[in-house]
Amino acid sequence: MSILVVAEHDNSKLNQVTLHVIAAAKEMGGDVDVLVAGKDCGAVAEAAAKADAVAKVRCADADCYRHQLAENMAPLIAELGKDYQHVLGAHSTSGKNVMPRVAALLDVAMISDIIAVESDDTFKRPIYAGNAIATVQSTDGIKVVTVRHTAFDAVAAEGGSASVEAVDAAHDAKISEFVDEELVKLDRPELSAAKVVVSGGRGMGSGENFKILDGIADKLGAAMGASRAAVDAGYVPNDMQVGQTGKIVAPELYIAIGISGAIQHLAGMKDSKVIVAINKDEDAPIFQVADYGLVADLFKAVPELEEKLNEVL
Amino acid sequence: MKVLVAVKRVIDYNVKVRVKSDHSDVDLNNVKMAVNPFCEIAIEEAVRMKEAGTAEEVVAVSIGPKVCQEQLRTALALGADRAILVETDDELQPLTIAKLLKAVYDKEEPALVILGKQSIDADNNQTGQMFAALAGLPQGTGASKVTIDGDKVNVTREVDGGLQTVSLKAPAVVTTDLRLNEPRYASLPNIMKAKKKQLDVMSPADLGVEVKQTFKTLKVEPPPERQGGIKVETVDELVDKLKNEAKVI
Repeated sequence: MSILVVAEHDNSKLNQVTLHVIAAAKEMGGDVDVLVAGKDCGAVAEAAAKADAVAKVRCADADCYRHQLAENMAPLIAELGKDYQHVLGAHSTSGKNVMPRVAALLDVAMISDIIAVESDDTFKRPIYAGNAIATVQSTDGIKVVTVRHTAFDAVAAEGGSASVEAVDAAHDAKISEFVDEELVKLDRPELSAAKVVVSGGRGMGSGENFKILDGIADKLGAAMGASRAAVDAGYVPNDMQVGQTGKIVAPELYIAIGISGAIQHLAGMKDSKVIVAINKDEDAPIFQVADYGLVADLFKAVPELEEKLNEVL
Repeated sequence: MKVLVAVKRVIDYNVKVRVKSDHSDVDLNNVKMAVNPFCEIAIEEAVRMKEAGTAEEVVAVSIGPKVCQEQLRTALALGADRAILVETDDELQPLTIAKLLKAVYDKEEPALVILGKQSIDADNNQTGQMFAALAGLPQGTGASKVTIDGDKVNVTREVDGGLQTVSLKAPAVVTTDLRLNEPRYASLPNIMKAKKKQLDVMSPADLGVEVKQTFKTLKVEPPPERQGGIKVETVDELVDKLKNEAKVI
């Protein structure tokens, strides 16, 4: 039994989600190899070699992998993947982009977004935006799987001492090119990876009013989210949306402010460890899932909360 | 330029999903069905290309049982020129759908294939990429902007942490994200006109594709219910609970 994990990185740093994917691989059982494909990505390979539970790092360093275009990555992963029983990636935008292509090239099914490992061929995954959980069993010889990283605790980033082996297979399909990238400069953590999320809803009243959440978010090192109602009302941009059609989050602490708790929003955050709701409507459905509910006018409660957090933290 | 758009019939997104008591699946009996929201965005994008003069013909394709004709008629009412149903009552998995789409693609030879990034039932996010791999085509997944420039299809993709733009050599595959456009509603005259538009039906056997399943769903359960907690009276009490009881701050 051996497993190939496709590392997520930007050529300089190993993305933390990979440590969660390795954890899922560990549960499936077997030797875990990590593939780092990129350009000048030696530091990433070194980092992956230090991660717990990694047997070997395979590093494909070539210009055609610089931007990890799916058209070039998929043939590489499929070629290496033939020698493994499992090929795993994160269920991130890059994993979702590449892994189905890999599965098709291997002529096998793919199991997306697993949240639990039942055995080496049986996994649990959410369907209908998390409104149902399916247990699926793969009968393919090679199982191509993407992992919901929030469902698995990361393995230790240090302590391992895997070997790094160069792979010199350059697949350049020459049918796609990278043009540019606009990465949002985040003063805050990324929404789907944050340990704390502070979200505002329609109750915020305006985009301007979202600023009152800044203090709490800064203090808690939180990412900022929003409900669909707030996005549809034009208060904040779409990429802040938490919910069925937005981002799915599962932080340690989720603070919902002025959010009523429509099904579509709950689907995106109900797996959070601790949920706090602040809403002036005591019958708001958000209180049915909140661990701690505070019925209050948010414009009074939020400044008070910020002040209190400043005292205790 | 010809554009092929894939359309999936799914549960209406407003319907609350219930799991069957025998845990075999979700209950779809007497439930309102609709065009998958991401597929609606795909149709809209193709129709806009036609209106802008970059596309000459928009062909909608769906794969599934006979009732999928309803969703194809919707696509026709929204502006697609004709439709194809690959009809089968067998369970369809993404790889098989990708193979069937590849067979339709080979017959139709479109310059662009647009699909939704995922369906809101199985939430797989696989079919477009699998089809692109089988057809040897480049892909732009999770698109928030698509522009055609000669034989180049430039796609701005929504990626974790921002946007990425790629340039694809046509023929190419695009999968849609929410921000790409806001789909129109079908007008009554267009719904009437759609009934007269061409809708061809073929079987997987006609296309030379075997329908097979390589994974099985053992059971479907409702997610663990989340128990509501307590109401606190003051901000002080809230902070105290978070710090000392939940220990999350």
